[in-house]
Amino acid sequence: MKDFFKNLPEQAVRVVVLFLILAVGLLAIRQFIIPPEMKDPVIQKISSTQREAAKGIKYAGAEICAQCHEKEPEIKKTGYHRDLACESCHGAAQKHADNPTDVKPESPRKRDYCVYCHQYNSSRPTGFPQINQETHNPRQPCINCHNPHNPKPPTTPRSCNACHAQIERAKAVSYHALIDCTVCHTAPEKHKSSPRTVIPTKPDKREFCGKCHDKGSPKKGVPTVDMAAHGEKYVCWQCHYPHTLGGI
Amino acid sequence: MERRDFLKHLCWVISSGGIMSGLTADAWAAILNKDYDTTKHYYGMGIDIDKCIGCGRCMQACKTENAVPAAPFYFRTWVERYVIKTDRTVSVNTLNMESVAKPDVLPEKEVLRSFFVPKLCNQCDHPPCVQVCPVGATFKTDDGVILVDSKRCIGCRYCIQACPYGARYLHPETRVADKCTFCYHRLVKGLLPVCVEVCPQQARVFGDMKSIASPLGRFTRMNKIHVLKPSLNTDPKVYYANLDGEVN
Repeated sequence: MKDFFKNLPEQAVRVVVLFLILAVGLLAIRQFIIPPEMKDPVIQKISSTQREAAKGIKYAGAEICAQCHEKEPEIKKTGYHRDLACESCHGAAQKHADNPTDVKPESPRKRDYCVYCHQYNSSRPTGFPQINQETHNPRQPCINCHNPHNPKPPTTPRSCNACHAQIERAKAVSYHALIDCTVCHTAPEKHKSSPRTVIPTKPDKREFCGKCHDKGSPKKGVPTVDMAAHGEKYVCWQCHYPHTLGGI
Repeated sequence: MERRDFLKHLCWVISSGGIMSGLTADAWAAILNKDYDTTKHYYGMGIDIDKCIGCGRCMQACKTENAVPAAPFYFRTWVERYVIKTDRTVSVNTLNMESVAKPDVLPEKEVLRSFFVPKLCNQCDHPPCVQVCPVGATFKTDDGVILVDSKRCIGCRYCIQACPYGARYLHPETRVADKCTFCYHRLVKGLLPVCVEVCPQQARVFGDMKSIASPLGRFTRMNKIHVLKPSLNTDPKVYYANLDGEVN
């Protein structure tokens, strides 16, 4: 045996040693550098599944909301929105659940959110409450009349609207849409039974309109005019019709 | 270091490597899955076409939860609007988030039927996408969800071509295939997929088919169930109720 090794030519020994180094190197690469996921599909599947499972959530789920917010779920329980998840309207709230004081979820307060579901669309199932946003109290935020946690048709009697529908419709698209009839008019109860003999009031002073429209009024976005220099002795509505768009 | 020490160390390193690679797949599974047993679940989803109002909340929530690109052609779940005219022409349009809230009235006399069909990955029992993947990046988990290993995927798009339901897309940033995972990261935490969570109409029902008492079990018992493209023998696990024959 010793003779065999002695008789081996040196070149052969070198080749064998080189081969051995290569083999050990390859083995080491396979053992330590190639991750186990790449060697076994089963391990790959498990680690990939685990990575998927470890992803963070953004929507916390309604049960977590109810742990702190006691009032809203209680109101919601009996209404038409009882099965609606909080986050359907308020948006992803996991961050809020993690940090309730600093991160607040959004609350859609304008008309443009409710119509995602409630705008009339021919393809929607019959019986689902839908409105035409162009004619249904334009400009009014939905929450003025409907409580989003317990929505139902508003119960306020349409006492003025019943007879004065034309004014109501005109007003609904005017700048005064958000102002109730009773802000400017006081209607005695008897006006309903004998409308022509008992008449509601109209603003009889220029200062009434001046509360919003006088120069220096605190209301923002309202056109103002210097009441002292404008319109002399006339009451505003003698020239400006307050129910129509533009009011002139 | 002496030659003897070196050899000793080498032996130690090689043998420990052997032990590492000698870990069986089961042992790996035990290490990686601590609190969630994949073999105890088998998930599916039910969709009631008669309930869907096409509000697009599921699409919106899915994009938020799963960081799907905002552009309107990347979806994990989407809603199609079917309009079947009296002359039997069928038009199908994917819901556009911007136009959901816009008034949309179809000419009543021309339309035979119109409805919304929510779609997502059908999580097929015999998934064509898994068959075609050349690198084994997409696979079926024990709980029946088809996942994509984003580390293994080479972005060749075979699976996108192979999916008969068009449920996959190539993620523009990661350049790998992406698709609905039934919100796997939520399931393991005991939460519902986010589209089910936010659906205002409960048009989507989620459940475990290994549990008779799950909402999905009730859904499949109470409704006549259809799946999409049954002739392909993909065995989808998304079950539709009140599905129109025109839908494919």
